[in-house]
Amino acid sequence: MVSATVLKSSFLPKKAEWGATRQAAKPVTVSMVVRASAYADELVQTAKTIASPGRGILAMDESNATCGKRLDSIGLENTEANRQAYRTLLVSAPGLGQYISGAILFEETLYQSTVDGKKIVDVLVEQGIVPGIKVDKGLVPLAGSNNESWCQGLDGLASREAAYYQAGARFAKWRTVVSIPNGPSELAVKEAAWGLARYAAISQDNGLVPIVEPEILLDGEHGIERTFEVAQKVWAETFYYMAENNVMFEGILLKPSMVTPGAECKDRATPEQVAEYTLKLLHRRIPPAVPGIMFLSGGQSEVEATQNLNAMNQSPNPWHVSFSYARALQNTCLKTWGGRPENVKAAQDALLLRAKANSLAQLGKYTSDGEAAEAKEGMFVKNYSY
Amino acid sequence: MAMATAKLSSPATSLLAGGRTRRSAPARRATVIRAAAGSYSDELVSTAKSVASPGRGILAIDESNATCGKRLSSIGLDNTEANRQAYRQLLLTTAGLGEYISGAILFEETLYQSTTDGKKFVDCLKDQNIMPGIKVDKGLVPLPGSNNESWCQGLDGLASRCAEYYKQGARFAKWRTVVSIPCGPSALAVKEAAWGLARYAAIAQDNGLVPIVEPEILLDGDHGIERTLEVAEKVWSEVFFYLAQNNVLFEGILLKPSMVTPGAEHKQKASPEAIAKHTLTMLRRRVPPAVPGIMFLSGGQSEVEATLNLNAMNQSPNPWHVSFSYARALQNSVLKTWQGRPENVEAAQKALLTRAKANSLAQLGRYTGEGESDEAKKGMFQKGYTY
Repeated sequence: MVSATVLKSSFLPKKAEWGATRQAAKPVTVSMVVRASAYADELVQTAKTIASPGRGILAMDESNATCGKRLDSIGLENTEANRQAYRTLLVSAPGLGQYISGAILFEETLYQSTVDGKKIVDVLVEQGIVPGIKVDKGLVPLAGSNNESWCQGLDGLASREAAYYQAGARFAKWRTVVSIPNGPSELAVKEAAWGLARYAAISQDNGLVPIVEPEILLDGEHGIERTFEVAQKVWAETFYYMAENNVMFEGILLKPSMVTPGAECKDRATPEQVAEYTLKLLHRRIPPAVPGIMFLSGGQSEVEATQNLNAMNQSPNPWHVSFSYARALQNTCLKTWGGRPENVKAAQDALLLRAKANSLAQLGKYTSDGEAAEAKEGMFVKNYSY
Repeated sequence: MAMATAKLSSPATSLLAGGRTRRSAPARRATVIRAAAGSYSDELVSTAKSVASPGRGILAIDESNATCGKRLSSIGLDNTEANRQAYRQLLLTTAGLGEYISGAILFEETLYQSTTDGKKFVDCLKDQNIMPGIKVDKGLVPLPGSNNESWCQGLDGLASRCAEYYKQGARFAKWRTVVSIPCGPSALAVKEAAWGLARYAAIAQDNGLVPIVEPEILLDGDHGIERTLEVAEKVWSEVFFYLAQNNVLFEGILLKPSMVTPGAEHKQKASPEAIAKHTLTMLRRRVPPAVPGIMFLSGGQSEVEATLNLNAMNQSPNPWHVSFSYARALQNSVLKTWQGRPENVEAAQKALLTRAKANSLAQLGRYTGEGESDEAKKGMFQKGYTY
């Protein structure tokens, strides 16, 4: 037995007598009451707002380098003015807030104004769209792993987020990745999950709803069963560590990848199959306290991303199942704009078209009549770095 | 970044933008774990669904011989096999029981017993569409290195025990471990409780039995309801993590939690609404919707308390079946009505149906509590109760 007094004496109760000796010295009780974050109510409210029916997230948090790739694809230089012009176009689309509940920004954009001098954050808020902010510091090689990565960003995160909150952000996003062709190793999964859990706790402590994003990359030739297996593992670990970090589940959002075959798998999956596997994953791993699950598109075409989301919403779910799309919302819009002011309206219309399609998909009411060929083009880029 | 393809023939390291170096990829070993979707998967899922059917719950009558002896002794009967058989017969031959009861947890002796007319108890249950269940743990013993806490034995030989019970007609199993708030609980005790449950659950499923997962957070203590919530969240987080690690099929398990209430010696009692609110918060934070049923233990609450609390939890739809698995809270009045006399059997069975029906209504959120007797309102908490 444990107590020091018992060990020091020569008398030790035999196991059979355990019941009889149980009234020995009352153990010292240590109770630690964990105080919920000062922002608890606001976090819950923000999360609920983002997870509102018929709405999802516009992800526009491309780093300057990545935004440069986008601009380059339509022949534009990667200048602050061009990035500003593009982001102005996106956030000013009239009525965007009917379909979009949140917009994830890159740091530059959080502090930027539109070409008319209005703070982008204010434009969003006026549209009924909650501003969010990417807070991670990118992926770097994970020592001791099988050529895998880990996501940096915990250093100084608390003060960064406090400042972002001051600037008007109300949710944060942190994207780490898991690679199936590389294992994934136990180490990589654990590091991904632990990093997310720590980031989530720090975010809530500073008033930002954390979007929890462990992206299981599309790269690979594995089948859908293998993706399912890995996803179950990743989410079990993520939730376990979030619980250990006392993260409040009513104040988080998830950004999973859908459960699909790898991009190079010979067998393709229908939206119904993707929905079946993905919903099964969610049912096995996501407690109903989590208000919203906002899927990433990860290289799917605009139409695929919409169809898959629609298939997942054919019956009621215990959480809001929606989208947080970047390429799958922006692709046609970008191409339509081409960098020309005279194309702004048409480009905004293209954005609204996709946003509305995904809104309908969130409600399970999407039909693909009238979708353009452009929208059906896959956007998977092997070994894509974000 | 990560891909181990192409470019391996180029120099071992090359500096990429941002100062990252790509090392030549080590040989990749892929370990595919075949999920133990054993031969019983479909049956496990349908058994669990059947037990978790609307308006129904579990009758727990798996008292060990020693504990059953305490029950019999409380009404002046000797602890003989005949008396235990007579008592269980009374319970299991109650006509119409299957309308409110979906499963009955038995002790090993009872699983192999028959009525005085020679009909197997297991068959009595099956005729009423009540799933027979079986207690498979081997009881609590002291946990070395802990703060005077216990752990639950039973993994040794569990696989063959479960296989035998399945042959005899059992379709679900039950394993009860405990967690004590006054003793910490220590991280060790929680980990051991959760790990033992996860291992038992995997073995049970492997042998065709739906595992009921029961980490009872004992009522003993003077702690408030917030502390219970905190501990419950910790316990269930660990339980689910280990269940996942053991590849347990969540669609084929049932849970048997304690409700989130203040400790028995806490100065303030909590209303059914407060208990429901805290308990549902805990469930929503910890239980994925794949789990078909959550069958609460009564743990010392009075018959009426146990029904009121369950009712309060079912005032709006839940993502899982929220129901009961009661022993004392279903049997107390029955036992006292019977008193061991044959002439009282009918009245005792009626008492059982009354309680079963009350809890059935509570599962549907429609219980009103009119006409409850005083006996039914008596608390049954015993400090330091050993089961």
